[in-house]
This record gives sequence, C-alpha cells and structure tokens, in this order.
Amino acid sequence: MRAREHTDQEFEQELRHLREQLLLMGSHVEGIISASLRALVERDSELAQRTIEADRVVDRLEIEIDGLCLQILARRQPVASDLRFVTMVLKAVTDLERMGDLGVNISERVLELNNETPLKPYVDLPRMADETQMMLREALDAFVAKDADRARRVIARDQIIDDLYAQIFRELLTYMMEESKNVYRATRLQSIAKYLERIADHATNLAELVVFMVKGSDIRHPDSRSEGDKN
Amino acid sequence: MKRRSRRVGDVALSLGTGLAAALVLLIVVVILGDVVYNGAPHMTLTFLTQAPRDGMTAGGIFPAIFGTVALVVLMTLAVLPAGVATAIYLSEYANPGSRLTRLVRVAVNNLAGVPSIVFGLFGLGFFVQFVGAGIDRALYGGQRVFGQPALVWAALTMAVLTLPVVIVATEEALAAVPRELRLASAALGASRLQTIVRVVLPQALPGILTGAILAISRGAGEVAPILFTGVAYFLPKLPRSLHDQFMQLGYHVYVLSTQSPDVDATRPILYATVLVLLLLTFALNATAVVVRSHMRRRFAGASS
Amino acid sequence: MNGDANTDAAKISLSVRDLIVSYGDKRALGPVSMEIAEKHVTALIGPSGCGKSTFLRSLNRMNDLVLGCRVEGDVRLDGQAIYGPGVDPVEVRRRVGMVFQKSNPFPKTIFDNVAYGLRIGGMRDRAEIAGRVERALERAALWTEVKDRLGESAMGLSGGQQQRLCIARALAVEPEVLLMDEPASALDPIATAHIEELIHELARDYTVVIVTHNMQQAARVSDYTAFFYMGDMVEFASTDTIFTHPSQPRTEDYVTGRFG
Repeated sequence: MRAREHTDQEFEQELRHLREQLLLMGSHVEGIISASLRALVERDSELAQRTIEADRVVDRLEIEIDGLCLQILARRQPVASDLRFVTMVLKAVTDLERMGDLGVNISERVLELNNETPLKPYVDLPRMADETQMMLREALDAFVAKDADRARRVIARDQIIDDLYAQIFRELLTYMMEESKNVYRATRLQSIAKYLERIADHATNLAELVVFMVKGSDIRHPDSRSEGDKN
Repeated sequence: MKRRSRRVGDVALSLGTGLAAALVLLIVVVILGDVVYNGAPHMTLTFLTQAPRDGMTAGGIFPAIFGTVALVVLMTLAVLPAGVATAIYLSEYANPGSRLTRLVRVAVNNLAGVPSIVFGLFGLGFFVQFVGAGIDRALYGGQRVFGQPALVWAALTMAVLTLPVVIVATEEALAAVPRELRLASAALGASRLQTIVRVVLPQALPGILTGAILAISRGAGEVAPILFTGVAYFLPKLPRSLHDQFMQLGYHVYVLSTQSPDVDATRPILYATVLVLLLLTFALNATAVVVRSHMRRRFAGASS
Repeated sequence: MNGDANTDAAKISLSVRDLIVSYGDKRALGPVSMEIAEKHVTALIGPSGCGKSTFLRSLNRMNDLVLGCRVEGDVRLDGQAIYGPGVDPVEVRRRVGMVFQKSNPFPKTIFDNVAYGLRIGGMRDRAEIAGRVERALERAALWTEVKDRLGESAMGLSGGQQQRLCIARALAVEPEVLLMDEPASALDPIATAHIEELIHELARDYTVVIVTHNMQQAARVSDYTAFFYMGDMVEFASTDTIFTHPSQPRTEDYVTGRFG
C-alpha cells in the first residue's frame, strides 16, 4: 500500500526539479574548479578568464534555487523528510556558491601567475585539486543516493586535504625564504592552495548536510569543525 | 414537438390539481356555509347555557357541551402520559432491533387500524363489564356503581383509541431532536433520564403537542366508541362523578336527527349544535396551534 | 506500534494499555497502548477511518453509547481504572470532558448551557453556579463577548462563538482532561486560530487530547502526536519528532503526503 511518490504530482515535480537544479549547480562548480586548475597547469589565461565568467551561471542558479525553496516552503508546508530536504538545499546552495567564488579566486591568481615564469612544476596542487573535486562529486553522489555512509567518508577525507595543504605551505615557505624574487609567485600559489582547502571544507559541509537530510540527525555540533582540526 | 406535449402535460397537471384543491375548498365552504347560515341565528347565549326541554324540541345544549369537554379532558389526561411514556421507551430506551421493540411497534400500528366501533365494544366488554364490575364487587359490595356505562370508561376507551396517534407523533418529535444534543448531554455526565428530561423532552414538546392536538380533535368528534361506554341521549343532571353518564355533542346531533318528535322544530337546534361542535373543535385546534408556535419561537434557530 | 514518546519527564494523566475496540465481530481499533502526559496537548492524526476518533471516545466511555460496541483493555485516569465493574461512566464523563466536531449547544440560554453540567451534578447554590459559569466563559475566551447577554439564546451566536461556548460548557464541571474531536474543522480560519490559541492556553490547566485531520494544526498546537492507521497506532512521539524525523516509514509517508 505504501507509495513512494507524493499524492500531489505537482509537488513531486517541484521537488524533482529542485534536486535537478542543485545537481546542475554542483556540476557547474565542479567544472569551474577543474577548469581553473587546468588553466594553471597549461598556463591558459583565456581559459582562466572564461572560468571567471562561468561563475555567473552559478550565481544565477543560487538565486533561482533559493526562490524555488521559498516557494515550496510557503505553498507546500513540507514536513519530515521533505522539510529536511528543502532546508538542506537552502544551505547547500550557499556552500556551492562560495565554492564557485573560490574557483574564480583561483582563476584570478592564475591570471597573475601566467604573467610570470612558473616557480616550480605543479605536482601537489593538481593532486589537491583532484582530491577536492572528488570530495565534491562524492558529496553530490551521496546526496542523490541518499547514502549517509558515503557522505561520512567524504567528511573523513578532509584530513587528506588538510595534510596536503600543510605540505604545500611548508614547501612554498622554503621557496620564499630562499629568494625574495620567489615571494610574489609563492604567495599566489599559497593562496590557490588555501582556496582549494576552503573548497574542500565546503564539500565537507555538503556531506554533513546530506547526513542530516538522510538521518534527521544534525551531526554538526558534536563535531565542532575548525580549520585544519579534525578528530 | 416534444416541448409542446410537455407543456400541455404541465398545464393539464396544474389545472387538474388546482381543480381538486378548489373542489375541496368548495366542499368545505358549502358545508360551513350551510351550517353557519342555518345554525348561527339559533346560537344564542341561552342556547349555550341551558339544558334541552320538551323532548329536545326546545332549550339548549349545555349538558352536551359540558359532557364533551369533560370527556376530552379526561381522555387527554389518560392518553398523554401513557402515549408519551411508550414513545419515550421506544425511542430512548429500547434496543431498536429487539423482538420486544418490534412487537410493540406492530401492536401500535394495528391499534391504529382498528375501527372505532370495535373500540366501543372493547370498552364495553373490558372496562365496563370486567374492570367496572370488579371494582363494584371489591369496593361496593356488588352494588352497580362502576359496572355500567360511565364517563371514566368512555374517556379510557377514547384514550385507547387515540393512543397510537400520540405515540407516533411523540416518537417523531423525539427522533427530530438531533443526536448531537443527546451526545453533548451525555458527555457532560448526565444520566439518560436527565438527558431525556432536560434536553430531549423540552425540545420535542412542540411535536408532542401536535400529537395532543390530533388526539383531542378525534376525541371531540368520535361517537362510536362512547356509544356503549358512557354517553346518554338525555340526562336530567350534569355528571358529577366519574361513574356518571354524560351527554356529548356528536351523539346529540345523532339523537336530534333521528329521535326528534318534531323535525321542523328540531332543525335549527340541530344546525346550531353542529355549529357548536365545529367551533369547539376549531377552538381546541387553534389553542394548541398557538401554543405550539409560541414554543417554536422560543427555540428559534434550533437545529431541527 | 511504537508507544514510547518519552513522556517520562511529564506526569501521566491517562494511561492506556492494550485497548481494543470492536463493533460486533469487527475489530475497529487496537491493541493500543500509550501514556498521555498531564497538562500537555496530545494530537491524534491519521486518515479517515483509522480509529483515532474511536480511540478518543474510549477515553471518556462515550463508546458505551454506540450500539454493539465492545471495549477491552485497560484505561486509567490518574491511576484509576475507568472501565471495570462498579465504575459509573457518568462519573468518568465528569472528569473527562468532550467537545465535538460540530458545535452542539443546547437550545437554551447561554447561561443555562454553561450551567447545565453543574446543575445535573446537583449544584444548587445560585451564586456558586454563576461564579463557575463566569470562570468557565473566561477560560474559553468568551466572557467579554457574552457577559451582557447571558440570558439570550445560545443559538444566536456565531459558529466560532458556539464552539467556544461548548468548550466553556465542558470546562464548567472542572474536568481533568478535555477531549476535542476536530474542534475547528467546521470553522473559518480566523475562528480556527482563536480555538488553537485557546487550546494552547487550556493546556496550562488541563490535559488536552485532540483529534484532527489537519496536520498543520496538529503541528501547531500539540506537544505530542500519535499517528493512527487502519486501527493501529503506528507511532507516538513528540510533535517535533513526528514532523521532522519520524521513525516509522508509514508515518513519514502520511505526514509528507505520500498517501492518505
């Protein structure tokens, strides 16, 4: 006797549309991250510029999704799992939008770096970027699959990012102490690493929201999160 | 084509029913007209307050009026409690599907269909000859006091006759009281008796009065049941106790039209008597209707 | 059948154990067990015919008035069994009052309506009756509107006022528990809001159990919610829990509108 879909088909459609838009926004953000790193490695300033502009789509989606959520809250008065879903989406778009902005910041640093000769071969940064992107993708997949365990694994991976950042920072520090001419490029690279680390934090937030949506339990407070600190 | 025949049908029906209604009106007007025309002049105050004289060819009809009123009053006193109580039992206490309930209803329905003359015979056999004679043996040492036609037996016979009317009218009035009111009363901690007395009966009162009206109307007019149980065609004195006989308007009309030695002299008296009988009936009805509508207004807006 | 709503913190007013209600041979409800917290609002929700109203009526023995209805199990008011040999249902109904879906004031005066329960209970002192009537009307948030026309017929009041009058009538006998069967379903939104506000106030002094088919109303008004489905009580928990993360999938489906 148990039906999976809402009796009200229109409501069902609205929720489905909301889910699609969120995933769309996520894929755009993914694209921005990967494009900005490619622009760094391939020294492609045009790509970097295009990436900056691509963020506008992300911003537009944020506004659209916020509007959809408000509409659903007002007209449908959702409860239980529906309520958790809508509130989760409202918060998730904030994280995604910030991730997009951080991607833009990366591209801006790339533009600056492309005017100079590369400081060193980029090994760790791409690795960090891959890891970050995977976290985002996994968080979104966990969202689609309503898989809380998968989401928790994302949260665990944040430690890897933090370790990578520490490593990159130490390395860049050495470069800076070696020669003052390196400082400009090193700081730009350190900023990029910082942005990636923050993107990973936002991906972790998304994962926590997925757990809340699926389980109904808020896991944010007992695990108080601060930069570079994970238990 | 179809529309035309439907219109013709409509017109025919409205004409037909209108004619039927007009016919009824005509009949009533003719009867009333005849009676009023011929009877009113003779209906004087002395007529109403004197006893008949000279073998009913002169005088008044006061004893008959008195007797009719006494009969109706006694009948009402007997039938209302019994009828209302039975209706309350059927409506509020009885289990609707039980055999007893169905038996009672069948009995009531059959009682309603019994011809009036049969009631008269029943009254004679049961009340006069059985109960009356029994009372005489027990209280009067065989002397004939109650074991003969009497006011009380006529009244009781009439009460039995009108019992089904009162029961049915009361039951309908009780059923018309919305169930929610009974529930509300019960939920406040009222016993069933309290609910009936404080909520159901007060609201059913207009309907119960309707039953009373119908009973009274019948009581004023029926002659057959009282033929053997108490009415007499001439009495020198008014009935002074329950075991006396009495005169009655309806029976008096019968007597005047069949036993009169002088038909011409009797005719005006006859008409006037009929007029009085009709007026009495109308007056009784009107009183009850006024009382009923007054009670309805007090409960104005009540859901029913 | 989850009967634990963690009402331990609150005192228990009504305790139900293995309640079964049948009409003839057909079982309509149960077995149900739950504990209703004192001076809180407990809502009973569920689709039509799920048994919530039957359950409600079992709490003040109004099911006794339904022909062919049989009640088994144990219901205790403040520790005392309300079913059982020697228990007078009339006494139970004085301690557990009820307000119905459609307001049903008697066709009497406003005063007589509220005083009805007192009078049938044997109260005679005019001053005492008048005092109780006034207090009851005040508690039902109706006093200021009717204090100058207590002698008028109750039928002249508006729908919302009549419902509040019925509440006052029930409160006059000072029950411990107030049962409400969809009290606002026949009212417009503003009158409904008044009733809901009133329920909130009443819970300070009385235990309130309310049946409603309006989920948002249950969410607004109650502290605990029980979800009934097809004669079973599926879940009983705090209202917050039921409406943010219910534990039973059937509850989840019902409150989100996936069926019913």
